[in-house]
Amino acid sequence: MNLDLIFRHASDLLRGVWTTLWLTGSSLAIGLALATLCAVILTERIPVLDWLVRAFVYVFRGTPLLVQLYLVYYGLSQFPEIRRSFLWPWLREPWFCALLVFSLNTAAYTAEILRGAISNLRRGELEAAVAYGMSPVTRLRRITLPAAFRQALPQYSNEVVFMLHGSAIASVITIQDILGVGRTINARYYVTYEGFVSAAVLYLAVTFVVVAIFRRLEKRLMRHLAPVAAPR
Amino acid sequence: MEHLIAYGPALLRGTGLTVTVALCAMLLATLLGALGAAAKIAGGRFARGAAQTYSTLVRGVPELVLMLLAFYGGQRLVNSLALLMGYERGFDISPFAAGVGVIGFVYGAYMTETFRGAWLAVPKGQWEAAQASGMSPWLTLRRIMAPQVMRHALPGYANIWLVLIKATAIVSIIGLQDVVNIADKAGKSLREPFTFFLAVMAIFLILTSLSGFVFRFIEKRVNRGGAA
Repeated sequence: MNLDLIFRHASDLLRGVWTTLWLTGSSLAIGLALATLCAVILTERIPVLDWLVRAFVYVFRGTPLLVQLYLVYYGLSQFPEIRRSFLWPWLREPWFCALLVFSLNTAAYTAEILRGAISNLRRGELEAAVAYGMSPVTRLRRITLPAAFRQALPQYSNEVVFMLHGSAIASVITIQDILGVGRTINARYYVTYEGFVSAAVLYLAVTFVVVAIFRRLEKRLMRHLAPVAAPR
Repeated sequence: MEHLIAYGPALLRGTGLTVTVALCAMLLATLLGALGAAAKIAGGRFARGAAQTYSTLVRGVPELVLMLLAFYGGQRLVNSLALLMGYERGFDISPFAAGVGVIGFVYGAYMTETFRGAWLAVPKGQWEAAQASGMSPWLTLRRIMAPQVMRHALPGYANIWLVLIKATAIVSIIGLQDVVNIADKAGKSLREPFTFFLAVMAIFLILTSLSGFVFRFIEKRVNRGGAA
């Protein structure tokens, strides 16, 4: 192990961390918005749309992320119509393909998590909201979704870590994320350990931070459920 | 489309390899999971520490990084060890071994938690009653604990399998000729990548749906003595 080499490329590695965070973070944000929509469509049983959402969730949860990425990045160029369309300047960019696929993938998993959380809500809470005369939209915004998000948080934090780790495959389509920088270092200096080991350490560090943030968030949001100290 | 049909046998062979990798990795993961759970439940300080380090490491580092490290780094390590022991020619780490090893290693950590949870879900009295009626620990394990732990572990076990079989796709990156690798090469050389990757997606959908089916059947069978 040549530590000197790693320190010399510290700024590249940090840029890799930034790319990973940016890519994962944006995918999670877009995915969460999409997943909320999907979960509402599923639980409200909106005709036609709920079939589409179910098919979307089934396909994206049943196939590997890597194949989804390949299908979009390599696959779409097969069609001249797409190559000529206005979307092509984006679709030929690796970062756009990764963002698109990661967002859809996490949306599918998160939709399932949220759907489960919504169906586990206590009926009484929703009935009370109806009894107060809340409109369906207000009910969703004020009662259903906040409670569902809170309940889904532990599972969602798992999904976030999965996405963070899954994003490492972006390096396969030449994106310079954490692993991408590691591979570049290895290739440029004909070394084996330096790049991969630094990547492993950086992923470990990022994961720890993410897990710690979620643990604090959980504690904050579950305050009302925390055991109360017995009165003395 | 005719290209896809021409490549049918090759894709089928690739699918066979994907399933083989997944089954071998699952076997390894089950062994490591049982070992890890035993260490966490009954181990001393050292065993528990080792099990904790194992699950922390695996949960913190992406499997692709571990796989590249095992494949390329492991190769170097083996070669330098061989040289140290006086062998001129090193040994090869096959992509198959690296793939199965790393995927089994990673999912063994998740399996540890599944098994540990399932063990703790069985009431303590069951073990104590078996001991009280004079069963040896081994017999208790086999007759009393295993069937009950299995019931509790099965949903988690099925879940891990479904994630694991999709995770095998990354072995294509280190050159193993699984279904993804074959489709990638064929798609690029025939200029029909979309067709081939779509076929791979269909194959994985069939595999995951089929597994779900099988597991539901097994679950029904294992729980026939009453719901767990």
